[in-house]
Amino acid sequence: MNGKRRNFLRLAGAAGTVAAAAIAGLIRSGQALAQAWNKAGFESKAVADVLKSLGATGAAESRDIVITAPDIAENGAVVPVEVVSRIPGTEVISIIAEKNPFPLAAIVEISNGGEPYTYVRIKMGETANVRAVVKAGGRFYTAAKEVKVTVGGCG
Amino acid sequence: MAEPMKIRATLKGDVADIRVLIAHPMETGQRKDAKGDIVPMHFIQSIVVTHNGNTVYSGQWSQAVARNPVFAVRVRGAKVGDKVGVTWVDNKGDKRTDEATVSAS
Repeated sequence: MNGKRRNFLRLAGAAGTVAAAAIAGLIRSGQALAQAWNKAGFESKAVADVLKSLGATGAAESRDIVITAPDIAENGAVVPVEVVSRIPGTEVISIIAEKNPFPLAAIVEISNGGEPYTYVRIKMGETANVRAVVKAGGRFYTAAKEVKVTVGGCG
Repeated sequence: MAEPMKIRATLKGDVADIRVLIAHPMETGQRKDAKGDIVPMHFIQSIVVTHNGNTVYSGQWSQAVARNPVFAVRVRGAKVGDKVGVTWVDNKGDKRTDEATVSAS
């Protein structure tokens, strides 16, 4: 009887340790994701600093990046932005709303057959250029499109 | 807890068009509530889309992505029945994963 109880306690203890390890593992993987987040870029208030954080200072203007966004966005809280890159070997597409308090909106890495295409709805505080920065073959390219915003979406 | 995502994946030629709608407040940290207190930031930071287990889209988002985010991904070389997975993690550590299969358009 007593022996059984000992056994049970030992087993329960072992199971507890495994569960704790699994939880620790989960937390760690969450932190890894957070670390991958480009904190410097997302907290930059100037477009030049954003470009620097992306390593894209001096990116070449390119006509092979097509930005589709409304000319006039009545509601700045929902501005659909579509970016298509025709540059071969496109790896990363970043979207910047130049006059937002924090201009960098999204960084998208594409791999394993993902098309050089991205669509996302962003918020814009005021009329500004929406800039796309594309990384292809280790080089950076950029294009911009102006979106007029009637009612800002940051408040 | 987070609500399920809506994922629609349709095949056009050999390209799968994946559209995702996520229910999330995406608070910017700039908005004030009725009492005049700033609503703290709460937004999705990381978003990953997989196609048959391979990562095809790895996004980092800021609070500037609109509330209840909608986004799209296109994947070349897809077939009907392929598995699509979407996982997001927000700045409070909340996360959710949902799956869908590619269907004919």
